Amino acid sequence: MDFLRPATLPDALAMKADRPDAVPIAGGTDVMVELNFDHRRPDALLDLTGIAELTRWDRTGNAIRLGATVPYSRVITELGDALPALAMASRTVGSPQIRNRGTVAGNLGAASPAGDTHPVLLVAGAEVEAASVRGSRRIPAEEFYVGVKRNALEPDELISAVYLPVAAGPQQFAKIGTRNAMVIAVCSFALALGSGGTVRAAVGSAGPTPRRARAAEEFLAEAGLDGPPRAEVCGHFGELVATAADPIDDVRGSAAYRRHALSVLARRALAWAWQEYQGKGERTCA
Amino acid sequence: MRLRLTVNGESRQADDVWEGESLLFVLRERLGLPGSKNACEQGECGSCTVYLDDTVVCSCLVAAGQAEGSRVRTVEGLADGERLDRVQQSFVDAGAVQCGFCTPGLVVAAHDLLDRVPHPAEEEVREALAGNLCRCTGYEKILEAVRLAATREPRA
Ligand SMILES: Cc1cc2nc3c(=O)[nH]c(=O)nc-3n(C[C@H](O)[C@H](O)[C@H](O)COP(=O)(O)OP(=O)(O)OC[C@H]3O[C@@H](n4cnc5c(N)ncnc54)[C@H](O)[C@@H]3O)c2cc1C
Ligand code: FES
Ligand code: FES
Repeated sequence: MDFLRPATLPDALAMKADRPDAVPIAGGTDVMVELNFDHRRPDALLDLTGIAELTRWDRTGNAIRLGATVPYSRVITELGDALPALAMASRTVGSPQIRNRGTVAGNLGAASPAGDTHPVLLVAGAEVEAASVRGSRRIPAEEFYVGVKRNALEPDELISAVYLPVAAGPQQFAKIGTRNAMVIAVCSFALALGSGGTVRAAVGSAGPTPRRARAAEEFLAEAGLDGPPRAEVCGHFGELVATAADPIDDVRGSAAYRRHALSVLARRALAWAWQEYQGKGERTCA
Repeated sequence: MRLRLTVNGESRQADDVWEGESLLFVLRERLGLPGSKNACEQGECGSCTVYLDDTVVCSCLVAAGQAEGSRVRTVEGLADGERLDRVQQSFVDAGAVQCGFCTPGLVVAAHDLLDRVPHPAEEEVREALAGNLCRCTGYEKILEAVRLAATREPRA
Protein backbone atom coordinates (compact mmCIF):
# COMPACT_ATOMS: atom_id res chain seq x y z
CA MET A 1 0.00 0.00 0.00
CA ASP A 2 1.21 3.49 -0.79
CA PHE A 3 0.77 6.17 1.79
CA LEU A 4 0.57 9.63 0.27
CA ARG A 5 1.05 12.56 2.55
CA PRO A 6 0.76 15.86 0.67
CA ALA A 7 1.63 19.11 2.45
CA THR A 8 -0.50 21.36 0.25
CA LEU A 9 -3.86 21.11 -1.48
CA PRO A 10 -2.39 21.42 -5.01
CA ASP A 11 -0.08 18.50 -4.19
CA ALA A 12 -3.02 16.49 -2.89
CA LEU A 13 -5.04 17.19 -6.05
CA ALA A 14 -2.13 16.19 -8.28
CA MET A 15 -1.80 12.93 -6.33
CA LYS A 16 -5.53 12.24 -6.54
CA ALA A 17 -5.50 12.89 -10.31
CA ASP A 18 -2.58 10.52 -10.67
CA ARG A 19 -4.08 7.90 -8.36
CA PRO A 20 -7.89 8.12 -8.49
CA ASP A 21 -7.98 4.86 -6.52
CA ALA A 22 -6.27 6.48 -3.51
CA VAL A 23 -8.64 6.58 -0.54
CA PRO A 24 -8.60 9.94 1.24
CA ILE A 25 -8.22 9.74 5.01
CA ALA A 26 -8.93 12.64 7.37
CA GLY A 27 -9.97 11.77 10.93
CA GLY A 28 -9.93 8.11 9.95
CA THR A 29 -12.94 7.32 12.12
CA ASP A 30 -14.65 5.57 9.23
CA VAL A 31 -11.62 4.54 7.16
CA MET A 32 -9.67 2.94 10.02
CA VAL A 33 -12.60 0.82 11.14
CA GLU A 34 -12.70 -0.62 7.61
CA LEU A 35 -8.93 -1.17 7.57
CA ASN A 36 -8.81 -2.73 11.03
CA PHE A 37 -11.47 -5.24 10.05
CA ASP A 38 -10.05 -5.93 6.62
CA HIS A 39 -13.18 -4.66 4.94
CA ARG A 40 -11.02 -2.61 2.68
CA ARG A 41 -7.43 -2.88 1.44
CA PRO A 42 -6.89 0.21 -0.67
CA ASP A 43 -3.81 0.34 -2.88
CA ALA A 44 -3.15 3.83 -1.58
CA LEU A 45 -4.21 6.10 1.27
CA LEU A 46 -4.13 9.86 0.79
CA ASP A 47 -3.67 11.51 4.17
CA LEU A 48 -5.19 14.99 4.27
CA THR A 49 -4.21 15.87 7.82
CA GLY A 50 -0.85 17.39 6.88
CA ILE A 51 -2.47 20.11 4.73
CA ALA A 52 -2.54 23.30 6.81
CA GLU A 53 -5.03 25.16 4.61
CA LEU A 54 -7.69 22.48 5.16
CA THR A 55 -7.53 22.86 8.94
CA ARG A 56 -8.98 26.40 8.90
CA TRP A 57 -12.40 27.95 8.71
CA ASP A 58 -13.02 31.51 7.54
CA ARG A 59 -15.96 33.83 7.60
CA THR A 60 -16.62 36.04 4.59
CA GLY A 61 -19.70 38.23 4.90
CA ASN A 62 -22.52 35.92 5.86
CA ALA A 63 -20.92 32.64 4.95
CA ILE A 64 -18.56 30.26 6.67
CA ARG A 65 -16.06 28.27 4.64
CA LEU A 66 -15.30 25.22 6.73
CA GLY A 67 -12.04 23.52 5.77
CA ALA A 68 -12.23 19.80 5.12
CA THR A 69 -10.20 18.68 8.14
CA VAL A 70 -11.67 20.91 10.86
CA PRO A 71 -12.79 18.38 13.49
CA TYR A 72 -16.22 18.33 15.10
CA SER A 73 -14.82 19.48 18.43
CA ARG A 74 -13.83 22.80 16.85
CA VAL A 75 -17.19 23.22 15.13
CA ILE A 76 -18.76 22.89 18.58
CA THR A 77 -16.48 25.29 20.42
CA GLU A 78 -15.90 27.85 17.66
CA LEU A 79 -19.00 27.89 15.47
CA GLY A 80 -21.95 27.37 17.83
CA ASP A 81 -23.27 30.91 17.24
CA ALA A 82 -22.81 31.07 13.47
CA LEU A 83 -23.89 27.49 12.70
CA PRO A 84 -26.10 26.35 15.59
CA ALA A 85 -27.58 23.23 13.98
CA LEU A 86 -24.22 22.02 12.71
CA ALA A 87 -22.77 22.48 16.19
CA MET A 88 -25.72 20.61 17.73
CA ALA A 89 -25.30 17.72 15.31
CA SER A 90 -21.53 17.69 15.84
CA ARG A 91 -22.10 17.40 19.56
CA THR A 92 -24.04 14.18 19.06
CA VAL A 93 -21.34 12.47 16.98
CA GLY A 94 -19.60 9.63 18.83
CA SER A 95 -17.53 10.47 21.90
CA PRO A 96 -15.03 13.25 22.60
CA GLN A 97 -12.28 11.06 21.13
CA ILE A 98 -14.29 10.63 17.91
CA ARG A 99 -15.24 14.32 17.77
CA ASN A 100 -11.58 15.31 18.15
CA ARG A 101 -10.75 13.52 14.90
CA GLY A 102 -13.93 13.16 12.84
CA THR A 103 -14.83 15.83 10.28
CA VAL A 104 -17.87 17.13 8.39
CA ALA A 105 -16.08 16.42 5.09
CA GLY A 106 -15.47 12.85 6.25
CA ASN A 107 -19.17 12.50 7.03
CA LEU A 108 -19.86 13.67 3.45
CA GLY A 109 -17.20 11.39 2.02
CA ALA A 110 -18.72 8.38 3.76
CA ALA A 111 -22.26 9.51 2.80
CA SER A 112 -23.80 7.01 5.19
CA PRO A 113 -27.58 7.49 5.33
CA ALA A 114 -27.17 7.80 9.12
CA GLY A 115 -24.56 10.59 9.04
CA ASP A 116 -25.63 13.26 11.51
CA THR A 117 -24.52 16.32 9.58
CA HIS A 118 -26.48 15.51 6.42
CA PRO A 119 -29.94 16.81 7.35
CA VAL A 120 -28.27 19.91 8.79
CA LEU A 121 -26.35 20.60 5.58
CA LEU A 122 -29.62 20.29 3.65
CA VAL A 123 -31.54 22.77 5.80
CA ALA A 124 -28.64 25.20 6.10
CA GLY A 125 -28.34 25.43 2.31
CA ALA A 126 -24.75 24.20 2.41
CA GLU A 127 -22.55 23.71 -0.64
CA VAL A 128 -19.73 21.23 -0.92
CA GLU A 129 -16.55 22.58 -2.51
CA ALA A 130 -15.12 19.81 -4.67
CA ALA A 131 -11.60 20.44 -5.93
CA SER A 132 -9.48 18.72 -8.55
CA VAL A 133 -6.62 19.59 -10.88
CA ARG A 134 -9.37 20.66 -13.29
CA GLY A 135 -10.52 23.40 -10.91
CA SER A 136 -13.13 23.58 -8.20
CA ARG A 137 -16.90 23.54 -8.20
CA ARG A 138 -19.59 23.92 -5.61
CA ILE A 139 -22.13 21.14 -5.26
CA PRO A 140 -25.34 22.02 -3.39
CA ALA A 141 -25.83 19.54 -0.52
CA GLU A 142 -29.09 18.49 -2.12
CA GLU A 143 -27.26 17.19 -5.18
CA PHE A 144 -24.41 15.64 -3.25
CA TYR A 145 -26.08 12.53 -1.87
CA VAL A 146 -26.79 10.16 -4.72
CA GLY A 147 -27.42 6.85 -2.92
CA VAL A 148 -26.49 4.71 0.05
CA LYS A 149 -22.83 5.56 0.74
CA ARG A 150 -22.55 7.20 -2.66
CA ASN A 151 -21.88 10.85 -3.35
CA ALA A 152 -21.41 13.13 -6.33
CA LEU A 153 -17.61 13.37 -6.22
CA GLU A 154 -15.65 12.46 -9.33
CA PRO A 155 -12.74 10.01 -8.85
CA ASP A 156 -10.17 12.80 -9.10
CA GLU A 157 -11.97 15.15 -6.72
CA LEU A 158 -11.48 15.92 -3.04
CA ILE A 159 -13.73 17.89 -0.75
CA SER A 160 -11.72 21.00 0.08
CA ALA A 161 -14.38 22.80 2.13
CA VAL A 162 -18.05 23.14 2.96
CA TYR A 163 -19.76 26.53 2.57
CA LEU A 164 -22.57 27.33 4.99
CA PRO A 165 -24.55 30.54 5.28
CA VAL A 166 -24.47 31.96 8.81
CA ALA A 167 -27.78 31.13 10.48
CA ALA A 168 -30.41 33.80 9.73
CA GLY A 169 -32.84 32.42 12.31
CA PRO A 170 -33.35 29.61 14.80
CA GLN A 171 -32.00 26.18 13.92
CA GLN A 172 -32.51 22.83 15.58
CA PHE A 173 -31.13 19.32 15.26
CA ALA A 174 -32.54 16.30 17.07
CA LYS A 175 -31.66 12.63 16.92
CA ILE A 176 -33.04 9.41 18.31
CA GLY A 177 -30.65 6.71 19.44
CA THR A 178 -30.59 3.90 21.92
CA ARG A 179 -27.95 5.53 24.11
CA ASN A 180 -27.28 9.16 24.84
CA ALA A 181 -23.65 8.91 23.80
CA MET A 182 -21.90 7.05 21.03
CA VAL A 183 -24.84 6.04 19.02
CA ILE A 184 -25.63 5.89 15.36
CA ALA A 185 -28.93 7.64 14.69
CA VAL A 186 -32.12 5.59 14.44
CA CYS A 187 -33.47 8.73 12.80
CA SER A 188 -32.63 12.42 12.91
CA PHE A 189 -34.22 15.73 12.04
CA ALA A 190 -32.99 19.24 11.27
CA LEU A 191 -34.89 22.50 11.00
CA ALA A 192 -33.89 26.03 9.98
CA LEU A 193 -36.19 29.03 10.15
CA GLY A 194 -34.97 31.93 8.05
CA SER A 195 -35.79 35.60 8.00
CA GLY A 196 -39.16 36.44 6.49
CA GLY A 197 -40.75 33.16 7.57
CA THR A 198 -38.81 30.75 5.37
CA VAL A 199 -38.73 27.13 6.55
CA ARG A 200 -36.35 24.28 5.74
CA ALA A 201 -36.71 20.83 7.26
CA ALA A 202 -34.91 17.56 6.54
CA VAL A 203 -34.80 13.99 7.82
CA GLY A 204 -31.77 11.73 8.21
CA SER A 205 -31.26 8.00 8.74
CA ALA A 206 -34.73 7.38 7.37
CA GLY A 207 -34.15 6.56 3.71
CA PRO A 208 -31.26 5.77 1.34
CA THR A 209 -30.21 9.43 1.40
CA PRO A 210 -31.07 12.33 3.70
CA ARG A 211 -33.89 14.40 2.25
CA ARG A 212 -35.89 17.60 2.62
CA ALA A 213 -39.44 17.37 3.99
CA ARG A 214 -40.99 19.64 1.38
CA ALA A 215 -44.65 19.20 2.21
CA ALA A 216 -43.95 20.01 5.85
CA GLU A 217 -41.93 23.08 4.85
CA GLU A 218 -44.69 24.41 2.61
CA PHE A 219 -47.38 23.79 5.18
CA LEU A 220 -45.49 25.67 7.86
CA ALA A 221 -44.50 28.58 5.63
CA GLU A 222 -48.16 28.99 4.78
CA ALA A 223 -49.42 28.55 8.34
CA GLY A 224 -46.99 31.30 9.34
CA LEU A 225 -44.71 31.70 12.30
CA ASP A 226 -46.41 34.73 13.85
CA GLY A 227 -48.38 34.48 17.03
CA PRO A 228 -47.80 31.97 19.78
CA PRO A 229 -46.69 28.43 18.81
CA ARG A 230 -49.85 26.47 18.14
CA ALA A 231 -50.09 22.84 19.14
CA GLU A 232 -52.12 21.79 16.11
CA VAL A 233 -49.62 23.36 13.72
CA CYS A 234 -46.71 21.61 15.45
CA GLY A 235 -48.63 18.33 15.39
CA HIS A 236 -49.51 18.49 11.71
CA PHE A 237 -45.99 19.61 10.84
CA GLY A 238 -44.68 16.50 12.62
CA GLU A 239 -47.03 14.25 10.67
CA LEU A 240 -45.94 15.76 7.36
CA VAL A 241 -42.26 15.32 8.27
CA ALA A 242 -42.91 11.64 8.95
CA THR A 243 -44.38 11.23 5.47
CA ALA A 244 -41.16 12.55 3.91
CA ALA A 245 -39.22 9.59 5.31
CA ASP A 246 -38.71 6.33 3.46
CA PRO A 247 -37.33 4.23 6.31
CA ILE A 248 -36.51 0.55 6.53
CA ASP A 249 -36.99 -2.03 9.27
CA ASP A 250 -33.67 -3.02 10.76
CA VAL A 251 -32.08 -4.05 14.06
CA ARG A 252 -32.16 -0.49 15.33
CA GLY A 253 -35.84 0.14 14.76
CA SER A 254 -38.86 -0.61 12.62
CA ALA A 255 -39.94 1.67 9.81
CA ALA A 256 -43.11 2.48 11.74
CA TYR A 257 -41.14 3.41 14.84
CA ARG A 258 -38.86 5.65 12.80
CA ARG A 259 -41.83 7.49 11.29
CA HIS A 260 -43.42 7.95 14.67
CA ALA A 261 -40.16 9.12 16.25
CA LEU A 262 -39.63 11.61 13.43
CA SER A 263 -43.04 13.15 13.96
CA VAL A 264 -42.23 13.63 17.65
CA LEU A 265 -38.76 15.05 16.96
CA ALA A 266 -40.14 17.45 14.38
CA ARG A 267 -42.93 18.66 16.65
CA ARG A 268 -40.52 19.34 19.49
CA ALA A 269 -37.87 20.93 17.31
CA LEU A 270 -40.49 23.24 15.82
CA ALA A 271 -41.78 24.29 19.23
CA TRP A 272 -38.23 25.15 20.36
CA ALA A 273 -37.38 26.98 17.14
CA TRP A 274 -40.69 28.85 17.10
CA GLN A 275 -40.19 30.15 20.61
CA GLU A 276 -36.75 31.36 19.66
CA TYR A 277 -38.06 32.90 16.43
CA GLN A 278 -40.37 35.05 18.46
CA GLY A 279 -37.55 36.18 20.68
CA LYS A 280 -38.64 34.21 23.68
CA GLY A 281 -35.34 32.33 23.59
CA GLU A 282 -36.15 29.94 26.38
CA ARG A 283 -36.56 26.33 25.34
CA THR A 284 -39.79 24.76 26.43
CA CYS A 285 -40.43 21.11 25.85
CA ALA A 286 -43.34 20.30 23.59
CA MET B 1 8.10 2.63 6.39
CA ARG B 2 10.31 3.85 9.20
CA LEU B 3 8.04 5.65 11.62
CA ARG B 4 9.43 8.38 13.85
CA LEU B 5 7.51 9.84 16.73
CA THR B 6 7.96 11.35 20.14
CA VAL B 7 6.37 9.11 22.72
CA ASN B 8 6.13 10.25 26.32
CA GLY B 9 8.85 12.80 25.68
CA GLU B 10 11.30 10.37 24.06
CA SER B 11 12.15 10.13 20.36
CA ARG B 12 11.23 6.68 19.16
CA GLN B 13 11.32 4.94 15.85
CA ALA B 14 9.96 1.72 14.45
CA ASP B 15 10.92 -0.03 11.23
CA ASP B 16 8.88 -1.99 8.71
CA VAL B 17 5.69 -0.31 9.81
CA TRP B 18 2.72 -0.82 7.51
CA GLU B 19 1.28 2.69 7.08
CA GLY B 20 -2.28 1.46 7.40
CA GLU B 21 -1.81 -0.25 10.74
CA SER B 22 -3.11 1.58 13.75
CA LEU B 23 -1.14 3.79 16.09
CA LEU B 24 -2.39 1.44 18.81
CA PHE B 25 -0.63 -1.49 17.15
CA VAL B 26 2.56 0.54 16.83
CA LEU B 27 2.51 1.49 20.51
CA ARG B 28 1.78 -1.99 21.80
CA GLU B 29 3.50 -4.32 19.40
CA ARG B 30 6.38 -2.28 18.05
CA LEU B 31 7.28 0.07 20.87
CA GLY B 32 6.51 -2.26 23.78
CA LEU B 33 4.00 0.06 25.46
CA PRO B 34 1.09 -2.20 26.43
CA GLY B 35 -0.68 0.39 28.60
CA SER B 36 -3.12 1.37 25.86
CA LYS B 37 -5.47 -1.57 25.52
CA ASN B 38 -6.87 -3.16 22.42
CA ALA B 39 -10.48 -4.25 22.71
CA CYS B 40 -12.72 -3.24 19.85
CA GLU B 41 -10.52 -1.61 17.20
CA GLN B 42 -13.51 0.44 16.12
CA GLY B 43 -13.59 3.47 18.37
CA GLU B 44 -16.37 2.16 20.58
CA CYS B 45 -14.66 1.33 23.87
CA GLY B 46 -12.02 4.03 24.42
CA SER B 47 -9.54 1.63 26.04
CA CYS B 48 -6.88 2.71 23.50
CA THR B 49 -7.20 6.43 24.31
CA VAL B 50 -3.96 8.44 24.05
CA TYR B 51 -2.97 12.06 23.54
CA LEU B 52 -1.94 12.77 19.96
CA ASP B 53 -0.36 16.23 19.80
CA ASP B 54 -2.26 17.23 22.97
CA THR B 55 -5.68 15.97 21.83
CA VAL B 56 -7.24 12.78 23.13
CA VAL B 57 -8.03 10.26 20.40
CA CYS B 58 -8.69 6.57 19.93
CA SER B 59 -5.28 5.29 18.86
CA CYS B 60 -6.96 2.37 17.09
CA LEU B 61 -8.40 4.88 14.57
CA VAL B 62 -5.17 6.72 13.75
CA ALA B 63 -3.23 5.27 10.83
CA ALA B 64 0.44 4.79 11.64
CA GLY B 65 1.40 6.90 8.64
CA GLN B 66 -0.68 9.78 9.97
CA ALA B 67 1.24 9.73 13.25
CA GLU B 68 4.64 10.26 11.60
CA GLY B 69 6.40 13.14 13.31
CA SER B 70 3.75 13.60 15.98
CA ARG B 71 3.86 13.67 19.76
CA VAL B 72 2.08 10.89 21.59
CA ARG B 73 1.43 10.62 25.31
CA THR B 74 0.17 7.34 26.67
CA VAL B 75 -0.91 6.27 30.12
CA GLU B 76 2.69 5.21 30.69
CA GLY B 77 3.69 8.85 30.34
CA LEU B 78 1.42 10.21 33.05
CA ALA B 79 3.24 8.93 36.15
CA ASP B 80 6.45 10.55 37.32
CA GLY B 81 8.63 7.51 37.91
CA GLU B 82 7.06 5.68 40.82
CA ARG B 83 4.80 8.59 41.66
CA LEU B 84 1.36 8.21 40.16
CA ASP B 85 -0.46 11.09 38.53
CA ARG B 86 -3.37 12.43 40.62
CA VAL B 87 -5.92 10.77 38.32
CA GLN B 88 -4.17 7.41 38.60
CA GLN B 89 -3.88 7.74 42.38
CA SER B 90 -7.54 8.70 42.65
CA PHE B 91 -8.60 5.63 40.67
CA VAL B 92 -6.68 3.51 43.18
CA ASP B 93 -8.03 5.37 46.21
CA ALA B 94 -11.64 5.30 45.04
CA GLY B 95 -11.49 1.61 44.15
CA ALA B 96 -12.34 2.43 40.55
CA VAL B 97 -10.23 -0.42 39.21
CA GLN B 98 -11.34 -4.02 39.02
CA CYS B 99 -9.87 -6.01 36.16
CA GLY B 100 -8.17 -2.79 35.06
CA PHE B 101 -8.72 -3.27 31.37
CA CYS B 102 -10.59 -0.01 30.82
CA THR B 103 -8.50 1.92 33.32
CA PRO B 104 -5.71 3.30 31.10
CA GLY B 105 -8.20 4.74 28.61
CA LEU B 106 -10.37 6.21 31.35
CA VAL B 107 -7.37 7.68 33.12
CA VAL B 108 -6.17 9.42 29.94
CA ALA B 109 -9.69 10.70 29.14
CA ALA B 110 -10.16 11.98 32.71
CA HIS B 111 -6.67 13.51 32.70
CA ASP B 112 -7.56 15.47 29.58
CA LEU B 113 -10.87 16.64 31.06
CA LEU B 114 -9.26 17.94 34.25
CA ASP B 115 -6.54 19.61 32.21
CA ARG B 116 -9.16 21.56 30.28
CA VAL B 117 -11.79 21.96 33.02
CA PRO B 118 -10.29 21.93 36.53
CA HIS B 119 -13.67 21.73 38.28
CA PRO B 120 -16.04 19.95 35.94
CA ALA B 121 -19.75 19.65 36.61
CA GLU B 122 -21.20 16.15 36.91
CA GLU B 123 -22.59 16.29 33.35
CA GLU B 124 -19.22 17.36 31.98
CA VAL B 125 -17.56 14.37 33.61
CA ARG B 126 -20.17 12.01 32.20
CA GLU B 127 -19.88 13.51 28.75
CA ALA B 128 -16.07 13.37 28.79
CA LEU B 129 -16.10 9.69 29.73
CA ALA B 130 -18.96 8.69 27.43
CA GLY B 131 -16.59 7.07 24.95
CA ASN B 132 -15.01 4.72 27.50
CA LEU B 133 -16.63 1.43 28.38
CA CYS B 134 -16.03 -0.46 31.62
CA ARG B 135 -17.26 -4.00 31.94
CA CYS B 136 -16.70 -4.31 35.69
CA THR B 137 -17.17 -1.36 37.99
CA GLY B 138 -20.48 0.12 36.94
CA TYR B 139 -19.06 3.66 36.61
CA GLU B 140 -20.02 5.03 40.05
CA LYS B 141 -16.53 4.49 41.44
CA ILE B 142 -15.01 5.82 38.27
CA LEU B 143 -17.03 9.03 38.58
CA GLU B 144 -16.02 9.22 42.22
CA ALA B 145 -12.36 8.86 41.23
CA VAL B 146 -12.61 11.78 38.83
CA ARG B 147 -14.31 13.95 41.45
CA LEU B 148 -11.58 13.04 43.91
CA ALA B 149 -8.84 13.83 41.39
CA ALA B 150 -10.39 17.26 40.80
CA THR B 151 -9.83 18.09 44.49
CA ARG B 152 -6.11 17.31 44.21
CA GLU B 153 -3.32 19.48 42.85
CA PRO B 154 -2.09 18.56 39.37
CA ARG B 155 1.62 17.86 39.16
CA ALA B 156 3.44 20.82 37.63
C1 LIG C 1 -17.27 4.96 17.58
C2 LIG C 1 -17.79 5.78 16.43
C3 LIG C 1 -18.94 6.53 16.59
C4 LIG C 1 -19.46 7.28 15.53
N1 LIG C 1 -20.59 8.00 15.75
C5 LIG C 1 -21.10 8.72 14.73
C6 LIG C 1 -22.26 9.50 14.94
O1 LIG C 1 -22.82 9.55 16.04
N2 LIG C 1 -22.75 10.20 13.89
C7 LIG C 1 -22.15 10.19 12.66
O2 LIG C 1 -22.62 10.85 11.75
N3 LIG C 1 -21.04 9.47 12.44
C8 LIG C 1 -20.50 8.74 13.44
N4 LIG C 1 -19.37 8.00 13.22
C9 LIG C 1 -18.78 7.94 11.87
C10 LIG C 1 -17.65 8.95 11.61
O3 LIG C 1 -17.09 9.42 12.81
C11 LIG C 1 -18.14 10.15 10.82
O4 LIG C 1 -18.67 9.73 9.58
C12 LIG C 1 -17.03 11.19 10.57
O5 LIG C 1 -17.61 12.39 10.14
C13 LIG C 1 -15.99 10.75 9.59
O6 LIG C 1 -15.01 11.77 9.49
P1 LIG C 1 -13.47 11.42 9.37
O7 LIG C 1 -12.73 12.69 9.15
O8 LIG C 1 -13.03 10.58 10.49
O9 LIG C 1 -13.51 10.57 8.03
P2 LIG C 1 -12.54 9.45 7.44
O10 LIG C 1 -12.73 8.17 8.14
O11 LIG C 1 -11.15 9.97 7.34
O12 LIG C 1 -13.17 9.37 5.97
C14 LIG C 1 -14.52 8.97 5.78
C15 LIG C 1 -14.81 8.83 4.28
O13 LIG C 1 -14.75 10.09 3.65
C16 LIG C 1 -13.70 10.13 2.69
N5 LIG C 1 -13.12 11.46 2.86
C17 LIG C 1 -12.66 12.02 4.03
N6 LIG C 1 -12.27 13.28 3.81
C18 LIG C 1 -12.49 13.53 2.49
C19 LIG C 1 -12.28 14.68 1.65
N7 LIG C 1 -11.80 15.83 2.14
N8 LIG C 1 -12.62 14.58 0.35
C20 LIG C 1 -13.14 13.43 -0.15
N9 LIG C 1 -13.36 12.32 0.59
C21 LIG C 1 -13.04 12.38 1.89
C22 LIG C 1 -12.80 8.96 3.02
O14 LIG C 1 -12.12 8.47 1.91
C23 LIG C 1 -13.81 7.96 3.55
O15 LIG C 1 -14.47 7.33 2.49
C24 LIG C 1 -18.81 7.25 14.27
C25 LIG C 1 -17.64 6.52 14.11
C26 LIG C 1 -17.12 5.78 15.16
C27 LIG C 1 -15.86 5.00 14.97
S1 FES D 1 -9.76 -0.36 20.95
FE1 FES D 1 -9.85 1.69 20.28
S2 FES D 1 -11.77 2.33 20.98
FE2 FES D 1 -11.79 0.23 21.45
S1 FES E 1 -12.37 -2.44 35.50
FE1 FES E 1 -12.71 -4.13 34.23
S2 FES E 1 -13.40 -3.20 32.40
FE2 FES E 1 -13.36 -1.58 33.76
